[in-house]
Amino acid sequence: MSEQSGTPAAPPASFGGADRSGSAMLVDQSGLGSRQARKGGVVSTVGPIFRAANGWVSRYFASLLVIMIVLAIALTGVQHGASLMGEQIKNALVLGAIYALVAIGYTMVYGIIELINFAHGDVFTASGFYAVFIASVLHLDSLATGSFGGLLLALAIVFPLSMLAAGITGVVIEFVAYRRLRDAPRLAPLITAIGVSFLIEGILLVFEGPDNVTTHQASWINGQAFAIGGVSIGYTDLFVVGMALLLMFALGTFVRRTRLGKAMRSTAQDRTAALLCGININRTISATFFIGSALAAAAAIIYSINYGVLKWNIGFHLGIIAFTAAVLGGIGNIVGAGVGGFLIGMIYVFGGSIFGGEWSESLIFAVLVLILTFRPVGLFGVEVTTRA
Amino acid sequence: MSTNGLSANGEQLSASAPGADAGKVIELREIDVFYGRVNALSKVSLEVRQGEIVALIGSNGAGKTTTLRTISGLISPRSGEVRLFGNSVRGLGAEHIARLGVGHAPEGRRLFSRMTVRENLDMGAYSRNDRTGIRTDLERVFTLFPRLRERASQLAGSLSGGEQQMVAIGRALMSAPKVLLLDEPSLGLAPILVDAIFEVIREINSKGTTILLIEQNALLALKTASRGYVLETGSVALSGPSAELIASPDIQRAYLGM
Repeated sequence: MSEQSGTPAAPPASFGGADRSGSAMLVDQSGLGSRQARKGGVVSTVGPIFRAANGWVSRYFASLLVIMIVLAIALTGVQHGASLMGEQIKNALVLGAIYALVAIGYTMVYGIIELINFAHGDVFTASGFYAVFIASVLHLDSLATGSFGGLLLALAIVFPLSMLAAGITGVVIEFVAYRRLRDAPRLAPLITAIGVSFLIEGILLVFEGPDNVTTHQASWINGQAFAIGGVSIGYTDLFVVGMALLLMFALGTFVRRTRLGKAMRSTAQDRTAALLCGININRTISATFFIGSALAAAAAIIYSINYGVLKWNIGFHLGIIAFTAAVLGGIGNIVGAGVGGFLIGMIYVFGGSIFGGEWSESLIFAVLVLILTFRPVGLFGVEVTTRA
Repeated sequence: MSTNGLSANGEQLSASAPGADAGKVIELREIDVFYGRVNALSKVSLEVRQGEIVALIGSNGAGKTTTLRTISGLISPRSGEVRLFGNSVRGLGAEHIARLGVGHAPEGRRLFSRMTVRENLDMGAYSRNDRTGIRTDLERVFTLFPRLRERASQLAGSLSGGEQQMVAIGRALMSAPKVLLLDEPSLGLAPILVDAIFEVIREINSKGTTILLIEQNALLALKTASRGYVLETGSVALSGPSAELIASPDIQRAYLGM
């Protein structure tokens, strides 16, 4: 608990292959959940009292969740003092911002082709390494640490380039692995996605080695911006949360206002009707993968700037948690994924500070089970479009 | 069976001069369509000429919707040829066919239910660039369906069935189509609305848009159309001018309930 106060709550990077089977099962359940996502319902053989409670829980799920989080925050404050509480709120927001950006990629792809893109987390990792590579080739580390102007320039170079490279990675993955399976049974692309995930991890393992890789980006931004009640807010913290919010706002505007954004929304809602409107479905789906992957790249750079390490398999792990955030917000719903990311960040950090950091992830998945039981449509409750 | 110059088994008695493609907006030549192993259409031939309203009637499962889906490229025929505006469209995807000038208000309306009425109409004009033309057509749709102007900022999914049908037709019109395919525009509507919709269909046609129409209400369809095709289990059983179809005892017995 107290060991979390100093170091930000970075998700542990060590993760063995044995855990994967558990994760895969989880996804199967969620697919089921979203398909029968009409109303929250446990089996009908339970007693009427339980059924009434179930209806009540599913109706007020969002409020209950927020109340629990607020209670957890308060409890942390009582147990460990206000300054640690403040510190943890900051950690939760930083972590939440990263989850939110990654969750948006899951939710966009699911919204448009109903695929849980397991490789998305690994695109996150890969793009973190793209950024490191770009920074080292262009000597951005010395530029960024030299002056404020140099930092802005370095950021203005590394973000677009890494996002472009990640976007292309996403488009290639869709084109090579998923496109031909578009009309296949759902299990086929799902397993393919897991395969792509393994493939990317294998490549990263070969090139980056099995150990933590220290990126120098943690030194790019430093110093304390200000302090509230003894909690020091660093420029990094402001940058992480600000950048995430900015990107989400930009995405929201893009999807609402632009022609391509409207094409993406309409394709997600009804592919046949989109075709009849003259929309090029393949191009629209490619664009979706591009944008989702580019946001994962932004998240990875933010991660690297904040935590200063990358590892070949962090993305799978982080991705699964971000996916939980997407389900929490309502899979297919972009705003939901953003909010879900921040909520999951809160649950991760404060669950950890109450029950111990080793329970953080179990808690996340307990929450996932609760969502799928009581409110499978997620907090933002939009029914998932199903193809006819 | 064949009275008054009606043609049976899809063979046109009063065939037009060979090679006279001009004026043929849609032409199906011996189309075979399969869903898996199920033969949905067999040897269907049909043509729609410039400026016509043509009705496609038949019972459920006869292949009416499949015919429209084949024309707009949502399904590819296994054999036979689809020709639009005088050219074969073999290998063209539905989005390209839409851009050729085929507007399709599909079965079940298929609106973008989480987008507003206005956004749905805008999506109909997706492949157009002429801003002034789009604005004119939007105005035209709002004139045809004044209700949609009131509902413009409402989510399409929240509309009544009749209003949704108006959006579906309006969306198809927003592509400025040369030919409009309408799949059961009266389905689930109150009788007074059905009359209103068919009034609009005639009006759209009078402005020069060719229309191919599927309709359960065979009498209404034939009264609106100049010609009709009767589909039975995937084949054209009868075709001819509407007046003659209405007068045919077979049609009267099977479809007009007389």
